[in-house]
Amino acid sequence: MEQLLKILEKNARIPLEDAAAMIGKTTQEAAAMLDQAQSEGIVRGFRTLVDWEKANVACVEAVIELHVSPKKDRGFDDIASAVAAFDEVESVLLMSGGYDLQVIVQGKNFQEIALFVAKRLSPLDDVLSTATHFVLRTYKRDGVMYQDEEVDERECTVL
Amino acid sequence: MNNTIDYDKLISPRAAAMRPSGIRKFFDLAAEMPDCISLGVGEPDFKTPWAIRDAGIRSLERGKTKYTANAGMIELREEICKYMKRRFDLEYNDRSEVLVTVGGSEAIDICIRSLVQPGDEVIIVEPCFVCYEPITVLTGGVPVHLTTREEDDFRLTADELRAAITPKTKLLVLPFPNNPTGAVMEKEHLEEIAEVLRGTDIMVLSDEIYAELNYGKNRHVSIASLPGMQERTIVVNGFSKAYAMTGWRLGYACGPAPIIKAMTKIHQSCIMSAPTTSQYAAVVAMRECDAEIEKMRLEYNQRRRLVVKGFNDMGLHCFEPKGAFYVFPCIKTTGMSSQEFCQELLMNKKVAAVPGDAFGECGEGYIRISYAYSVEHLTTALKRIREFLAERGLIQKN
Repeated sequence: MEQLLKILEKNARIPLEDAAAMIGKTTQEAAAMLDQAQSEGIVRGFRTLVDWEKANVACVEAVIELHVSPKKDRGFDDIASAVAAFDEVESVLLMSGGYDLQVIVQGKNFQEIALFVAKRLSPLDDVLSTATHFVLRTYKRDGVMYQDEEVDERECTVL
Repeated sequence: MNNTIDYDKLISPRAAAMRPSGIRKFFDLAAEMPDCISLGVGEPDFKTPWAIRDAGIRSLERGKTKYTANAGMIELREEICKYMKRRFDLEYNDRSEVLVTVGGSEAIDICIRSLVQPGDEVIIVEPCFVCYEPITVLTGGVPVHLTTREEDDFRLTADELRAAITPKTKLLVLPFPNNPTGAVMEKEHLEEIAEVLRGTDIMVLSDEIYAELNYGKNRHVSIASLPGMQERTIVVNGFSKAYAMTGWRLGYACGPAPIIKAMTKIHQSCIMSAPTTSQYAAVVAMRECDAEIEKMRLEYNQRRRLVVKGFNDMGLHCFEPKGAFYVFPCIKTTGMSSQEFCQELLMNKKVAAVPGDAFGECGEGYIRISYAYSVEHLTTALKRIREFLAERGLIQKN
C-alpha cells in the first residue's frame, strides 16, 4: 500500500495499470488497494498543481500565523475547524513553536485577502492575533519545481 | 601544423581497432535531435545523496586538496573493508588488500594489465560492458569470448567455462550483476563456477559494480566469498552506481596482497592517487548511506517492473533482469538487426536505445534499455516504441 501511495503522491494521473506493474501487482489488486485507501480516508483527493502566474490568472496567496486561545477539553480543534470551514482557506496546520495555527489563504488580490483577515478571521472569538505574510513567488511546491526546470546533463557514452 | 604527417599511420593499430566508434556516432546524432528521448545512458539519474556531497564540500573548505596515499586514504580503505564484511561477508586487510582507484574502470584496467602477458587468454563473459576486450588486446592478451544465452538466464554455466579453459587461460572476467542483460549469478551458480576454478591458477576479475542493485529474493553474493575463491579473485566495485557518484570517479579493488601491490605500482605511475575530494565524500557514503542505497534501489525496482511489463505487453519478449538498471528485450521477431532496429527507432520515433551487439556479437537480436530515467520519461519512450512497432504491423494498434 505504501509504495502505491508514494507513486500516486508523485503523479496522481499515472495509469493504474502502470502503478500496479511498478509494485508487482495486478491492476485489479492495485484498484482494490486504492479503493480501500479512499474509503478509509487515507487518500484525500487528487489535485493538479497549477502555476497560476504562468497561466496569467490573478492569484494571491498568503501565509497567516494565528495565535489562538485553546479550549478546555477540545484544545485547538474547535478553532481550527472554524478556520478551516472558510472557502478562502487552503490549509490549516497546528504548529509547534512561536504561533499556534498556520493558515494558507488564496484570493484574487491583496485586498481580498486583507478583507478576509480583517473581517472574518480576526473577529473570531478565540483568535488572539494574526500575522499575514504574502507569497511573492513560488519556486517549488509539493516537490515540483516552478521556476527552473531540471535539465538532464548526462552526456557520457557508457556502454 | 605539419600537413605531411599521416596520423592514421602513427596511431597504434590496437588503439585504432578499439570499439565503439560506431555507437558514439549514433549517440552524437541522438544528442543533436530535438525531442529525442534517450534510453541509452549507463549512469543513475539520482543526485549524489546530500550527506556525501556535503562531506566533499567540507573537505574542500578545510583545504584537503593534496594527493592522498597512493592506495587511497587509509580511513577510506578501512571503511571499504568494513563495507565488504558488512555487505558480502568478505574480510580484507586495509593495508595490503585494498586499492582505491579512479572509478571501477581503472581498477579493471590495472587488474588486467597487472596479470596479463602477451599470449595469455582472458575469458570474457558476454554480452558485457565493453572495456574488458580492448584492455586485454592492448596488453597483448587474447580475448576468449564466452557467450551467455537467454535460455540460461544469461548466466555463465560451468560446462561452458570448462570448455573454454586452456593451458593459456590467465583470467576470467565475471561481470555480474550484468550490464547489459541485468542477469545475476545466485550463490549456487557461483558455486558451480568456483568448482571449476579451484585447484587452477586462473584468477577471477569479478566486476561487481552493480552489486547493490539487486532485485531478487537474495542479496548479491560475491564469488570471492565462496570457499577457496578469495585467494583467486579480485573484486572490483565502486561508488558510481550504488551511490549515484559517477562524476566523482571513484572505485576500488580488493584482492590478494601481491596482486594489489602490482596494481598499486601501475596506479602510482599513471594516476598517483584517486581524487581526494571524492575520497573524503566516499568515507561518508560508506559510513552513513546504506539507507540511501535502499531508497534508490526501491525506485529502480519499480521502474524495472514497469519497463519489463511494457516490453512484454508490446510483444517484445523481455528477460526479467534481477540486477543493474538495464533491460535487454529481444527484437528478433521484428526481423530487423539490432543496429537496424535502433537506427529506425531513432530516425522515426526519436528514441535512442543501444543495439545489443555493442556488448558482444551474442547481443545481436537484443537492445539495451536503461531505466535510469523518470517514470514519465520511460512511459513516453515505451509509448513511442509501441507506435513504432504498430506502424510496421508488428503489433496490433490499440
